[in-house]
Amino acid sequence: MLSIGLGHYLTLAAIIFTIGVVGIFLNRKNVIVILMSIELILLSVNINLVSFSIFINDLSGQVFTLFILTVAAAEAAIGLAIIVIYYRNSGTIRVEEIDSLKG
Amino acid sequence: MIAHAVVFYIFSLIAIVSAIMVTVSRNTVHSVFFLILDFISISCLFIMIGAEFLGMIMLIVYVGAVAVLFLFVVMMLNVAQQKNEWFVASDSSSHIPIGLLVSLIIFSELLIVIGGWKYKAELQDSININLNLNLTNTQSLGNVIYTDYVHLFQLSGMVLLVAMIGAIVLTFRKRAGVKTQSYLRQISRERNEGVELIDVETKKGVKIDA
Repeated sequence: MLSIGLGHYLTLAAIIFTIGVVGIFLNRKNVIVILMSIELILLSVNINLVSFSIFINDLSGQVFTLFILTVAAAEAAIGLAIIVIYYRNSGTIRVEEIDSLKG
Repeated sequence: MIAHAVVFYIFSLIAIVSAIMVTVSRNTVHSVFFLILDFISISCLFIMIGAEFLGMIMLIVYVGAVAVLFLFVVMMLNVAQQKNEWFVASDSSSHIPIGLLVSLIIFSELLIVIGGWKYKAELQDSININLNLNLTNTQSLGNVIYTDYVHLFQLSGMVLLVAMIGAIVLTFRKRAGVKTQSYLRQISRERNEGVELIDVETKKGVKIDA
């Protein structure tokens, strides 16, 4: 309990991952919160990679964390741009009102 | 050792609580603030575990850029005051138990995987990039990134470039009735369409019209 090992970090990452998935599933508010949940999921992946990298004594995990950080920043920029033009076109970004693909 | 454990539990508790608050918070601006708190506590964990370069980079990239971008979009779209209708939405109540069930299954699967996982001893010998304890974390990461991973590094730069161009192209719009410079017309103008020489007769002047 008092000696922090790899399992503690992996459990923390699993909890944050699950919170992100819950945020995507149960969101009733707007799409921006879904993007934030995706950021949470990527953060938990980063926790996994960094803790493995430290405990296995190998640097490549941290290198890949750096690349995930890059991709997460790009994804946030593109996603927010899509949200902005969707809001400009339809006037809402509420999740239950975005149903034009329903047919 | 005890101090390490206490600090770990404090930071991870803050991270988990703020991650929950990101999803259940009524106000979207509060969600962004809790996202910032989550990133800060996780980067503190990174610094504590020994990956200080990534912790600092995460502070700069996430808190400095991504969260501010989120905040900017939330403020711009004027959706901050929309109420969160998690549990009162009438037509979508069937989502909630199924979503909770699926997330519970995912979480228990992850816990089973972590609990049953055994550290493979021979994994340590097959590594070619080892941590050198004489160098700092930043130095050793730099040694790896600019040699072994230089192509991936440049490709990630390309990803950022494409994302930037894509965001500009997506949000760009031409407004009607806005006066702008046309550089091509400016440069390609000839002398004889710009200047006209007129003989002015005495005491008559010249009439200038468009």
